[in-house]
Amino acid sequence: MTALDTPTPLRPTATPPSRPGTGRVFAAVLRRDLMVTGRELWVILVQVGLTPLFMLFVFDTVLGSQGLVGRGFADVFLPGIIALAALTTALQSVALPLVKEFGFTMEIEDRLMAPLPTGYVAIGKLVIATIRGLLAAVLIYPLGALMVGSAPWRPAGLPLAFVVALLGAWIGGAIGMSLATTLPVQRINVTFSVILTPIIWTGCIHYPWPRLSSVPWYQVVTALNPMTYVSEGVRGALLPGVPHLPAWVCLTVLTGVAVVLTWVSVRCFTRRAIQ
Amino acid sequence: MPSRDGPAVVEVDDLVKRYPRTDTNAVDGLSFTVAPGEIFGLFGPNGAGKSTTVGILTTRLRATGGRAVVCGVDVGRDPAAARAHLAVVPQHNNLDRALTPRQNLVYHATYHGVRRREAHARAAELLDRFGLTERADRRIEAYSGGMAQRLMIARALTHEPAVLFLDEPTNALDPQTRLLIWGQLRQLRERGVAIVLTTHAMNEAARVVDRVGIVDHGRLLTLDTPTALVRGLAGDALLDLTVTPAGGDDPDALCAALGELPGVRKAERVATPTVPAGGRPGGGAAGLAGVGAGGAGMLAALAAGGGRPGAGRLAALAGAGLLGRGGGAAGNGGRGRLRIRLHLAGDPATLLGPAVTVLTARSAAVNAVDVGEPSLEDVFIELTGRQPR
Ligand SMILES: Nc1ncnc2c1ncn2[C@@H]1O[C@H](COP(=O)(O)OP(=O)(O)OP(=O)(O)O)[C@@H](O)[C@H]1O
Ligand SMILES: [Mg+2]
Repeated sequence: MTALDTPTPLRPTATPPSRPGTGRVFAAVLRRDLMVTGRELWVILVQVGLTPLFMLFVFDTVLGSQGLVGRGFADVFLPGIIALAALTTALQSVALPLVKEFGFTMEIEDRLMAPLPTGYVAIGKLVIATIRGLLAAVLIYPLGALMVGSAPWRPAGLPLAFVVALLGAWIGGAIGMSLATTLPVQRINVTFSVILTPIIWTGCIHYPWPRLSSVPWYQVVTALNPMTYVSEGVRGALLPGVPHLPAWVCLTVLTGVAVVLTWVSVRCFTRRAIQ
Repeated sequence: MPSRDGPAVVEVDDLVKRYPRTDTNAVDGLSFTVAPGEIFGLFGPNGAGKSTTVGILTTRLRATGGRAVVCGVDVGRDPAAARAHLAVVPQHNNLDRALTPRQNLVYHATYHGVRRREAHARAAELLDRFGLTERADRRIEAYSGGMAQRLMIARALTHEPAVLFLDEPTNALDPQTRLLIWGQLRQLRERGVAIVLTTHAMNEAARVVDRVGIVDHGRLLTLDTPTALVRGLAGDALLDLTVTPAGGDDPDALCAALGELPGVRKAERVATPTVPAGGRPGGGAAGLAGVGAGGAGMLAALAAGGGRPGAGRLAALAGAGLLGRGGGAAGNGGRGRLRIRLHLAGDPATLLGPAVTVLTARSAAVNAVDVGEPSLEDVFIELTGRQPR
């Protein structure tokens, strides 16, 4: 191989390539993330599973055995844990890679250069985040059940739980993408703690929302957290007997939030991508 | 010369870019066009706005004003459609570190709608062309800068773009890799691909590019073929003779005798160089492009297929030792040596014979011959000044 090679008879390039279909390009961009996600499956398991499972273990097994919490607590708590896994996994699994890909190396540039409107690349990221969030939720259900020895089981409620978890994951992804594309890299870690902690602790994971009427101001605060509607939605689907927010309220609020955050996050992404 | 037919595939018209929170335009009213099968060089000092221009043309930056069209598509209006026609090799390494080198090529092709089977075939072929097959499936972090650069160029070619943008493609590369890259670019030109490249290695690039635009502070200072730029701005050709006059011969008389040869505008004595090239004071038209046999040989290799026969012939003469009659004299540490610079109106090669005849008649030994030609870098310095940015 030398510089003086005679031109190899290649395909005639001079004819400009026709633009490939948006669907095909979108699928190709998605496929790359799916492949990378597939390779990191065990990472997701650890990343996702650890916190919720420890929470379950401490609140139910440890405190329960000391008689500090009632036996019924695990049933109320597990749906919250499923909801938490869906939202936070999606949030982290879009935010952390994006910070890296938009960082010093601009690895994402190659995908941004695909003949596809930039917004679709952003949507692709949300799709992957949602898939990862749902995967986490689906995995945490049996794992949590194994840990506490029982679980609410109501097949009729599963479709609703799934839809709610899906919306929760999509919202988590959108939050993660907005943060990752607007914050300066140095402040990402701090912000994660600042954002994630209140999402977890005001998200009605540990308690049903209607019972918060004893602390009205806190009830208002939790109502502002989309996490609350994910928790309440999943809990209502699996444990209809426990007081909960009606499913239609959860679905309406979550759909609205998802629409707004999708718009915001795609906009943040595009502005970051094209300056 | 390459075929340059058809309408321009890159049209830049009064392009302006001002970054947010700055008070000057990074690109300030730039206009040029590039034809299919043309290699267009965009040269300029650091911060001149080259990368910004490439960024706008490749849809990664939004222009503040003006128009940029690639293959008939306005990059501001329909960036996604424009991306189907172009490829870019950026100044920094932006390879996908989650993928292997081979996957980088395959996935890139699929992002552009190439089917997977075909993408694999193209990746294999390009890896081979760029000498990367052996390391195609290793981790990308293990790649050296030069390998990464080759891989990025290969990646840019997987979807067979009509226009290729290269931002400093030979930066920090060894001579072998540079030769490989220049050779590949020539092949692309043969196939009708338009190429826009920025570089600081302009003397080297001058042998490849068809036209050069020199920019500074976001403005176009000049735009022409390298030959015309060199001829028009820096003046005439030079022939530098290092000789050892016969004992008793007057150096000034020798110089004057050479100056009377037809075709010589001026003959002057210059300092015998200790450093072969570069270290010449005073700027002006005094650049020596092909220095000695080595430099000219490299030049001849680069100019493969129609460059400058004069330089090649001289290099051959020097290489064959025909001019090395002063070998003995050189042994005396260069004492009594004289360097005479002839400013010529025409081809230095035609004057070499008469000059040697004059010298032989006066029993002077020729120690070295340099074809001095003002280089593109001299033009560049003349236009943009000597101050670093
Ligand atoms: N993101 C940015 N924000 C603000 N100013 C910028 C940004 N990027 C570049 N500039 C400024 O725009 C000008 C042109 O920069 P550009 O990178 O296009 O130069 P260049 O010709 O590519 O230089 P080099 O040869 O060093 O690569 C410079 O003055 C630079 O400081
Ligand atoms: Mg640059």
